[in-house]
Amino acid sequence: GCRDWALRFQVSAALREGRVTPTELCQRCLSLIKSTKFLNAYITVAEETALKQAEESEKRYRNGQPLGALDGIPVAVKDNFNTAGIETTCASNMLKGYISPYNATVVQKLLDQGAVLLGKTNLDEFAMGSGSTDGVFGPVRNPWSYSRQYKEKSIPESHSKDEESNWVITGGSSGGSAAAVSSFTCFAALGSDTGGSTRNPAAHCGVVGLKPTYGLISRHGLIPLVNSMDVPGILTRCVDDAAVLLGSLAGHDPRDSTTIQDDFKPFELPSLTDVSKLSIGIPKEYDAPGLSSEIVALWSKAADLFRNAGAKVMEVSLPHTCYSIVCYHVLCTAEVASNMARFDGLEYGHRSAMNKSTESMYAATRREGFNDVVRGRILSGNYFLLKQNYENYFIKAQKVRRLIANDFVKVFRSGVDILLTPTTLSDAATYVEFIQEDNRTRSVQDDLLTQAVNMAGLPAINVPTALSERGLPVGLQFIGRSFQEKQLLTVAKWFEKQVKFPVIQLEEVKRHDLQDQKSASFS
Amino acid sequence: QKVTVEVLDHLEHLALVDFRDAEGVERLQKAIQFADRLHEVNTDGVEPMDSVLEDRCLYLREDDVTEGNCTKELLKNAREKVEEYFVAPPGNIPLPKLGERETFLQGS
Repeated sequence: GCRDWALRFQVSAALREGRVTPTELCQRCLSLIKSTKFLNAYITVAEETALKQAEESEKRYRNGQPLGALDGIPVAVKDNFNTAGIETTCASNMLKGYISPYNATVVQKLLDQGAVLLGKTNLDEFAMGSGSTDGVFGPVRNPWSYSRQYKEKSIPESHSKDEESNWVITGGSSGGSAAAVSSFTCFAALGSDTGGSTRNPAAHCGVVGLKPTYGLISRHGLIPLVNSMDVPGILTRCVDDAAVLLGSLAGHDPRDSTTIQDDFKPFELPSLTDVSKLSIGIPKEYDAPGLSSEIVALWSKAADLFRNAGAKVMEVSLPHTCYSIVCYHVLCTAEVASNMARFDGLEYGHRSAMNKSTESMYAATRREGFNDVVRGRILSGNYFLLKQNYENYFIKAQKVRRLIANDFVKVFRSGVDILLTPTTLSDAATYVEFIQEDNRTRSVQDDLLTQAVNMAGLPAINVPTALSERGLPVGLQFIGRSFQEKQLLTVAKWFEKQVKFPVIQLEEVKRHDLQDQKSASFS
Repeated sequence: QKVTVEVLDHLEHLALVDFRDAEGVERLQKAIQFADRLHEVNTDGVEPMDSVLEDRCLYLREDDVTEGNCTKELLKNAREKVEEYFVAPPGNIPLPKLGERETFLQGS
């Protein structure tokens, strides 16, 4: 049944043993994508090319020569990664119709290992947002909105509108990718993470969301937001799968000079049984205003779990945490102002009909192509970069960034191995509630627990932990030392095993597509 | 301190993006107010941080041409082109001044 889909390793084995073929797998995913269209998780579904890739993979399996663990595995990619021959829109009018002439390095790596690219997933426009609600293709719906777990807990109102208005957001900005993984339409998805954009939707959608160390995975082909903080993110249904994806994507890329040159060795995660040598830090500043009591309780329970298993658990302090959002606000808008300057209509993307002068054409193109959020950040960024403001805002923010990064260095130097924090302030809000506040306010609130990690460039992972009282996923975040992904994932895997997060019981879909999946036993 | 119309106009020129309406201007005001909180932090003697990888050397490669010749692919995405050129409207014409261009700021 459903549960068998969750463990890709088992699917991998099934492919090797011929119990399922890559084309069958691909077709099932494509069919599932169709029947879950209401989630709006995908912007583009590359059906033809996916089936072709699946056929190629099948040939390799028949010859007994699969390329590796990812051969034949259906994956999805956030629509801010360039994919050759496939439209890449960043959910913006500015790039509607833009067909990438090349593959992002991470996309190329996936394809080189035989992964089947199902399509491009939805996001907030240019990855700016924390709800996946502000793209031109509309908001993404959290699959858990349609779960039995959520429906059971919904209070039926006497004058209730239909369940239409009750659906919850995915979080963002990689909401489409998170929803795609959560609803079983793919086995893994790429997201991006600049302020929490992979971990936030992972938490709301009940999937594993890994933000690797800055410099570990190539950003070549990832349409940039903040060059000094962006990383490709990995979304999967279990920690082991995240490790496999990491192994296939990490490593120096000559095309991205911000990737480190150290040799990267892919690893298999040991099954940790003894955590007594582990030191877990609980940063007190992450008990932030607005943190739901439910999550505080869960966080505390998790700390106890480690303590009772023999680990050393202690409170630590990251004193500049409260300034990370302000700092991010200035640095992000400044880099955005620079990064968005390339969109002028001349070489690619939308071009206005205005033809009087280059300047007026650029201005009209950008007026027509960008939404309010993007324009707002460009204007703010330009303000902070004005000569009279540069020192007081941009340079100042860079100094504060160092203080934030140093906070982490100090804590890790004091003997702490891993930090344990909440990922989000609460479970997912309904769309109706979420849009009551504007994008910037929401981002400021929602990024609080995840943003400082991007400041410091550290690796972090969301592990789905439990269901809230509303029947929605809540995750916890583990933060590790730079380039110590193995340790981070090992601890995350141990924790995942302890909490046994429940499988989503998707109602609508059950009837149509999982019917024929029930007969395939993958164990 | 409110941002002056001169500065707003200047920003529209620099960014080649318009404020659109009062909400856009208000958004900037709020953004500045928010950013001012940075000044609460004592950063005496602290160096600005450009990159978390500042302790490492940037990768340099040999100046060898290993790829290119993709003119056709690159031109595919451009709307206006002639032979191997991207076609732009006439340059060296500054954006019309405030009062002469379509901008919300005229009213302020």
